[in-house]
Parts: sequence; structure tokens; C-alpha cells
Amino acid sequence: MKKEIINVSRRDFLITTGKAGAGMSLGFYLSGCRENISNEAPTSLMAAATEKLAQVPEVNAWVVIQPDDTVIIRIARSEMGQGTLTGLAQMVAEELECDWSKVTTEYPTPGQNIARDNVWRDFATGGSFGIRGSHQYVRKGGAVARHMLLEAAAEQWGVEMAECKVANSVITHVPSGRTITYGNVAAAAAELFPPEQIELKDPKDWQLIGKPVHRLDTDDKLNGKQIFAADLTLPDMLNASIKACPVFGGKLKTFDETKVSNMPGVRKVVAVHDDAVAVVADTWWQAKKALDALPITWSKGPNTNVNSASIDKMLDEGLTSKENVFVGNQIGDVSKALEGAAKVVEATYRYPFQNHATMEPMNATALWTKDKCEVWCPTQNGTASLHAAADAAGLPVSQCDVYKIHLGGGFGRRGAFQDYVKQVVAIAKQLPGIPVKLLWTREEDMAHGHYHPITKCKMRGGLDDKGNLTGLHVRISGQSILAAVNPGWMTNGADMFTFQGMLPKGDHSISYTVPNLLVDHAMRNPPVPPGFWRGVNINQNAIYMESFIDELAHAAGKDPLTFRQKLMVKHPEGLAVLNAVAEQAGWGKPAEKGVYRGLSVCKAFASHIAACAEVSVNEKGKLKIHRIVAATDPGYAVNPQQIEAQVEGSFVYGLSALLYGECTIKDGAVEQSNFHDYGSMRINEMPKVEVIVMPSGGFWGGVGEPTIAVAAPAVLNAIFAATGKRIRHFPLQGTNLLAS
Amino acid sequence: MIKLNVNGTVHTLDIDNDIPLLWVLREQLGLTGTKYSCGIGNCGSCTVHINGEAVRACVIPVSSLDSSKQIVTIEALSEDNRHPLQQAWKKLDVPQCGYCQSGMLMSAAALLNKIPRPSDEDIDANITNICRCGTFNRVRQGIHLAADINKRGRT
Ligand code: FES
Ligand code: FES
Repeated sequence: MKKEIINVSRRDFLITTGKAGAGMSLGFYLSGCRENISNEAPTSLMAAATEKLAQVPEVNAWVVIQPDDTVIIRIARSEMGQGTLTGLAQMVAEELECDWSKVTTEYPTPGQNIARDNVWRDFATGGSFGIRGSHQYVRKGGAVARHMLLEAAAEQWGVEMAECKVANSVITHVPSGRTITYGNVAAAAAELFPPEQIELKDPKDWQLIGKPVHRLDTDDKLNGKQIFAADLTLPDMLNASIKACPVFGGKLKTFDETKVSNMPGVRKVVAVHDDAVAVVADTWWQAKKALDALPITWSKGPNTNVNSASIDKMLDEGLTSKENVFVGNQIGDVSKALEGAAKVVEATYRYPFQNHATMEPMNATALWTKDKCEVWCPTQNGTASLHAAADAAGLPVSQCDVYKIHLGGGFGRRGAFQDYVKQVVAIAKQLPGIPVKLLWTREEDMAHGHYHPITKCKMRGGLDDKGNLTGLHVRISGQSILAAVNPGWMTNGADMFTFQGMLPKGDHSISYTVPNLLVDHAMRNPPVPPGFWRGVNINQNAIYMESFIDELAHAAGKDPLTFRQKLMVKHPEGLAVLNAVAEQAGWGKPAEKGVYRGLSVCKAFASHIAACAEVSVNEKGKLKIHRIVAATDPGYAVNPQQIEAQVEGSFVYGLSALLYGECTIKDGAVEQSNFHDYGSMRINEMPKVEVIVMPSGGFWGGVGEPTIAVAAPAVLNAIFAATGKRIRHFPLQGTNLLAS
Repeated sequence: MIKLNVNGTVHTLDIDNDIPLLWVLREQLGLTGTKYSCGIGNCGSCTVHINGEAVRACVIPVSSLDSSKQIVTIEALSEDNRHPLQQAWKKLDVPQCGYCQSGMLMSAAALLNKIPRPSDEDIDANITNICRCGTFNRVRQGIHLAADINKRGRT
């Protein structure tokens, strides 16, 4: 990529010039000055935050520079652990040429975004889009601010701007050697018009992008100071605990508040929409205790006979059905290829419902009055939260706002789904003028997720007499996320997301060239709400594809690496990551005694990733994952050490799912209730992970999710190498790895 | 009335006996660094020290405590973020979302009190906290680094 010349829209500026100041986000304000806030009257919290800190005019929407040279960079996307806050700040700062050691960040609010004609654009943080979806306009934001700061200095000195340069927030007039810092010209720069055009740096000139700088948000996470949304305290705030009908689709029938209204601290028992009841009390513990004691009856609705076995049956039917089937990828004539094959291999896999299980349970805080509604919440999509709040509040969006408070994990649970926001507003509406914090129990969180969709997959592959793959039919049967969550994104009734990892082109294209291919989906939607779960459909699809490619290699009597390499000739980036892990892991050379290797490769969220796992299975069938070598090519690597952290973390999330992740359904409700029966990996199960970050440039791929796709299949293929047993049902928990 | 010694201060509290320590810390004393995640003693997010031992505050009724028990929370791990574990965590950028990290740090601090130079096996046996973001490998490195910092500090 060369330098990019970007036209600066007049709109960005006219709207953004001048008036708004620093500290506009209450989220930032709260974490910085928590004590102060509790002395404010709650009705003026937003105004107080803005007034208090609005002394310095912004240079533009992205950048505020204070007289002491502190640089405040505004971040629209949500930080939930994935490091996007630091990465985005690096990109603004790269073009701004500011002193990185003086950089801090803040979140603008979604309400301000709407009021300023969308100047910060997209607040949604998902699909591994935080950086790849905004790299150009945030760099532009930094570049425009730099230009204005330089122009202000030149004007002040009465010299040509071309004679000035900047590094580390210090502007120098080259001929005279005079210097001035950003903090001293920021106010004047704020009065200027932005340039008509701005040039972005050639990636080869990047100094800060690509550097493994430390995260900006670590200190407060080491001493308990970081305020997560669940920690928020507002003056006179009450606390709520909630229970919704455990059966999907069921409603609230009755509750007997007289049984609990005398319990300590209880203020009110309220129906929430038509399916839940909440107790509001002085403290959350009091609310929870009273809720536990509250007699509740439910109208369980139409789904009481739904259970895991009935759902399996529904999916089994879809494996061979012609009804409600959509095609995702088709090349040649697969039936003919399979008919003419020397050998046909067939296998059926199943992937379960899984809960996101963020460490911080769902929660939100709201303050409702008849003409205003404010919400403080952990959200991956502030704009979606704002609309949900306005909806539940019965107020126009312009009379509502949302303050993003730090998230204790997101993983897709807190973006499209704003159930907890709608609930808290419905509660707060029944207590006008009083802030109410709603915190779910872990049990509620397990019972009311938006689960990883359930699917089964029947794979049929044909080999010729030389062991070449001549045809492949992938039949997916199961749940569509979009049908439940976002029907507007569907294509003629099809959910193209279902085919992630197997599509003909795009961010989730298939990594292999198969002469005759058919990938289709029998849509079968059981009444369990599905959701975007970190990695989305790539998780199961990569297991299906990568396990089956291994099965085919084995059936063809070929080495799994060379079998893949042959199918990947036209996929050089994928091949490069595969070869990189094979080489570093020592594929082809003997591993330690009793240790076996498995491979997987995939393209997801526009990045290319591969993994090689080393495992052993002892005589009792116990699995140990010793080592994983992982490679990722995200195009550009903004912060390599944070990419490593995301890759390591992806193995924990992906392998937890493989080892323990299943929500089973009984009588229309989820059976698991907490971490004792919905397990998550611990440190003693964590393999060594070696991360190869190999950005090849020219495209922007995601980082937070892709690696999850290769975690499970690499381990499954290694288990097969160790035991000869192919596992096709997940999770592994309870499966005998040895018996055939 | 219940007397609790938290971070060196004795608090006299008029509260129900059955409240778990976690909620007394969070809601009565405003010490929200100690987190709620499971409430059943499974995940370790609520780990604090009682007389130097790591315990899970969500399953400890305050009735089992009195002022002779020294309770220490994440807020008092150090005064200035200079505990060897905090230094190591910072150096290695251990936290991702950070929600489990108070518990991780308190579990790790109790381990270092007991075993100043823990082996990987010691870490496996003692750090049983859940981290859904997946920081385990940096947690492990961080504990080893903190043990080094500790040793350098003493010599
Ligand atoms: S919240 Fe106490 S162990 Fe999970
Ligand atoms: S850092 Fe997010 S759960 Fe551990």
C-alpha cells in the first residue's frame, strides 16, 4: 500500500470544529474521578461531567490536547479486553505525531455521535472489526489534527507551514530552530478549518503502528480501581435482581410480593416486560435474597416439550432434506463427482449450544424521568444500547444517552443483544428519578444467553484412485443466527453467515480448491435464542472442514500436511501460515514420545490462521495438550504483542468450548446453571502457545476471533493421530477418547 | 454487630449474619475491586486474603469472621502498584478485560507468600481461577517474574 490521499469531508469539520470539549464521556469521567461523581445530584450527572471537563476545545472529533500536552484520543469502539482501545489510539497517534507517553483515551457517547451527525461513525464492536473497520478514518482524524496544529504554529510564528515539522508533540520551525509544543497551539488550532485533503503515511513509514507498545488501560486493573459496569455506584442508587421465565418463550404469570416486601432493604417488586420479575432493594444482596424467596408462577408457553433429543432429531432430518435448503458455495457437479469417485468418505459432526459466559454477568444502570433516560452499561455497541434504551423508555433517542462503562468481557453477548438494557430501563421507569442498577446472577446469565448456534454437518468427500479430492458435499443442518437476530441481513431467505469459512470469496472464503463442491444449509431453527459468539460460525465450520480434510487425507493414505498443501496452491496466504506452523512445530520430525500432532488452517475475518497442536492421551484416556504453534497473517499488525495475547486467549476460549462447552435443553430451558456444570479451562490445562505473527500487508484482517477457529480442529486432529479415534461430537467432556 | 478487620481498618457493621463477605466488601465498604462472577466459590474472581490465605469471599458468611481475622483485598495489595506481581503484570500486559484479574492477583500473592519460587506444578495446583479472556500463559509468566523481582529485591 502506498500513501493514501483522503478527501476531508467539509461536514466532518463544520460540525466538529470548536465547541465540544474534553471529558465528554461519563465513562471516562467516572473511572477518573469516581469520588466526585457521588456528590453530584443524579439528574445532572451528564451535564456535570461535560461542564466540569469542557474547558479545552477539541482540535477535532478525535483529538483533544490539553495545555500540559496531554493528548486525549477519542475511541468509539468498545474495549472489552481485546486491546482495541490501545490499537486505535496507536493509529490516531501515528498520524498525529504526538508524544505517546502523554496519550490517554475517552469514549464519546452514542448520543453525542447522533447529535454530531455520526462524526465517530460506527460504535459497534464485533466481527473483529474494531481496527480493520476504522483504520482509515481514525488515521485521518489524527492526520487532520496534526495539519491544523502545524498550521496554528506557523500562523503564530508568521512563517510558512511547509517550513515546520513535528515529532513527539514538538513543532519545530526548521530554518530558525524555534519550537513549540502541541499543548500551546491546540486552542488556536481548534479555531482553524481542516485541510481539504490530507495524505496518510505509507505503511513503511509507520513508527507507532506495528510496535508492541504497552496497553493504555492496565494500571487500574491491577489494584481494583477499574470501574466495571457491575461496580458502578450512583448517589441514591437502588439495586435490582431479576428472574425471567426459564423456559424460552414463556411469560410471567403471577408473583406474590407480600411475601417479601417486609424483607430488609426491599423497596419494590416489579414485573419487567411480560416475562420477568425483579426485586429492587437498597443492596443487591438484599434484592437477590428477596427474589429467591419470592413466590413466582410462569406461563411456560409452547416450548416445554423441547429438549436436546428433540432438537437433534430436527437437525438429523435436515441432514438429508430438500426442504428449506440454501446454497452457500457451488462448483462443478458434486453428485457426479461422488458417483464417479474411487472412494467416498462420509462423516457427520455435531456442535452444541454454548454460552458466552463473560466473567462479568450482564448488568446495566438506568435513571429514568419523564423527559430523560440515561443508561450506564457495558456494551459492545453503544448505538444499539441507546436505541434499546429509548425504546424501553418510551422517549425519543434525543432525550436519552448511554455511557459506556468498562466491560468484563463481551465475546458477542453485549452487541446485538441489549436485553439487559431494556430490562433495566423498564425497571427504572417504575422508579422515576432514582438510579437503579440491575445485575444478573450467573444463574440468570446461564439461563438467558444468546447461545452459540447448534448445527450438525454431514460431509461427503470423493477421492480418485490416486487419492485426490474430486468432490465434496458439505451439508449443514441447523440454526441460523440471522433469522433470529437480524433478518434484514439475510439474502433471499439464506443466512450467508452460516457458511463462514466455506464461502467462494470474501473474509471467510474456503482455503481449498475443490473441483466439485457443494456447501448447503438446511435451516432448522429450534426455539433457543442463538447469537454471535466470539468466532461465530467459523468455530464449528472449521472443525467440520478441518477434521474432515484430515479424514480424507487418512483415507487417501496421505500426510495431512501434503494433502492440504496440494489443495491450497491457489491460496498462497493460507498456505504460508500453514507452512509456518508446520515448520516451527517440526512436522515430519518425530515429536516427544507419546506426543502427537494435528494441523488446521482457515481464513476468518479476513485473516489467515493456522495451528499445529501437540497432544498426548494416556492409557486412561486422559488428554493433555502440550504445545500449540499458531500463525496469523492479519495483513497489518498494529500491536504484535496484543495480537499474541489475542491468539493465546483465543485458544483458551476455543479449547474451553471444545473441552467443556455445552448447554443442553430440557423442558424448554437450559440445564446448566453455573461454572460447575458449564466448565471453562483453567491454567493447569493451558498448553504452551508459540505465536507467529506474519503480516503480509495489503489488507486488514481481524485478530480477536479468527484463531478460535483453528484451536479445536488442531487438537482434534492430534487426538486422532494419538488414538486413531475420530471425535465428531462436542464437547469432549464425558467422551472416552480411547474406545473406538 | 459484626466487627471486620479489612485492609487494616476495623469496621463495625450492623448487618445480617448470612451475608457473604463479598457483598459486605462491595456494598457496605465500597471495595468493588473484589468481583462477583459465579457466587458459588468456583471461579476465583472474588479471591481475597484472610490471614494471608487466599479465600473465595462469595462463599464466606460474615458470621464466620471477627476482627481477629485480617482481611486484605486487592485495593490493599500494595499502596502504589509496586507489589512484585503488579510490576510483573504491568511489564507483561497480563490483563485483557481485567475482570478476573483482582482474583488472579490475590491468588498469586497468596501463592508467593506460601512458596516464594513456585514451580509450574505449584502454579497449576494453586491458581484455579477462571479467566474467560484467556490470560493464563501471561499469568504464569507473571508469577515467575514476580518471584524474580522479589528475590532481587531481597538480595
Ligand atoms: S465469585 Fe466467588 S468464586 Fe466465583
Ligand atoms: S482478563 Fe478478562 S476474564 Fe480474565
